Amino acid sequence: MENVLEIKNLCKKYDNFELKNITFNLPKGMIMGFIGENGAGKTTTIKAILDIIKSYSGEIKIFGLDNRKDDKDIKEDIGVVLDDMFFPEILTPNDISNTMKGIYKNWDSKMFNDYLKEFSLLPNKQIKTFSKGMRKKLEIATALSHHPKLLILDEPTSGLDPVARAEVIDIFQSFIEKDDCSILLSSHITTDLEHIADYIIFINNGEIVLSKTTNELLDKYGIVKCTEKEFKTINKNDYVKYKKTKYEYEVLVENKKDFKAKYNISVIDKITLDDLMVLMIKGEE
Amino acid sequence: MEIIISNSNGVPIYEQITEQIKVKIVSNELKENELLPSIRTLAKDLRCSVITTKNAYEELVKEGYVKNVPSKGFYVAKINKELVLEEQLNKIEELMDQAVVIAKMNNINKKTLNEMLNILYEEK
Repeated sequence: MENVLEIKNLCKKYDNFELKNITFNLPKGMIMGFIGENGAGKTTTIKAILDIIKSYSGEIKIFGLDNRKDDKDIKEDIGVVLDDMFFPEILTPNDISNTMKGIYKNWDSKMFNDYLKEFSLLPNKQIKTFSKGMRKKLEIATALSHHPKLLILDEPTSGLDPVARAEVIDIFQSFIEKDDCSILLSSHITTDLEHIADYIIFINNGEIVLSKTTNELLDKYGIVKCTEKEFKTINKNDYVKYKKTKYEYEVLVENKKDFKAKYNISVIDKITLDDLMVLMIKGEE
Repeated sequence: MEIIISNSNGVPIYEQITEQIKVKIVSNELKENELLPSIRTLAKDLRCSVITTKNAYEELVKEGYVKNVPSKGFYVAKINKELVLEEQLNKIEELMDQAVVIAKMNNINKKTLNEMLNILYEEK
């Protein structure tokens, strides 16, 4: 499978934080979800991909091209939503459309207006009158309206209510329905990712701790809940992490089927990405 | 085509898709040579990932229910009804065998087992 995005050994050092050897590939036509705590390095990675932060080491290739040398060609085909809004507040959506026409060769005013309608955003209202959710929708509409082949989205659903999130997720899925489009998106709202992401990359303290297909994670991983006595019978190699609560042990296992076959412990729950994150970060080895 | 996905019954989503499409093929709701929705369209409409629908179709191809025509799409294959029926009977035998083993382990007699089967059969 062809990759639209290849990241190899990306490192970046700050005084109090370090990205360590971030390496992953995003295959064409797929959605990759990027999860991790606040400050884990998601946004830093995304900014490195977009060449917004400088002086990092490692190799980043987008559409097979170097992201620094060929950034003009690449940017034409990328749609971006960043966590912080970058439009001046006094502009209106119409102003944005006019500005973008000058920036992107493929800017599609009609498409942009259709999205505005779909999101019920008025084209001639100043952005400062927009709510947080409306601003997010405006950014998403902007990111999509120049026919990009790759969407890079940092927290695109934050600040949106469940209905708006469903709307936006639908739009993302329609976007990749066209064969050659792909999405990298970071989100705290992991249920969005559970549904639509093909791959999950989990980053913690600047390092990738898990990189798997979503199905592998959700169908295979499990949480065993047991008593201390039962916990003591479990071999150290058979679990990833565990957490002791007041009444029980929560144990993260990589393959619930194998575990069930080996141990006589009855409660094995399906995992959610939230559970996984908490246990991976807060659990003990 | 109707496909109903449960997110909480513990069965992997791709398996739910595979099973439901199989039922539709066996019951002739999906007819031979009918074009199935593309992997991406199905993913979008079911709100699941592309890999999930891809796995489901791959499984259907492997089991002979669907054929993949490169650059065209996935079509319902000609299925051998007798073979399918035999497969189902084998599956039932396997499950019944398990039930009998458990019954014998716990001294549950044939009459009780038969009664249970009758009730279950009538309920569906």
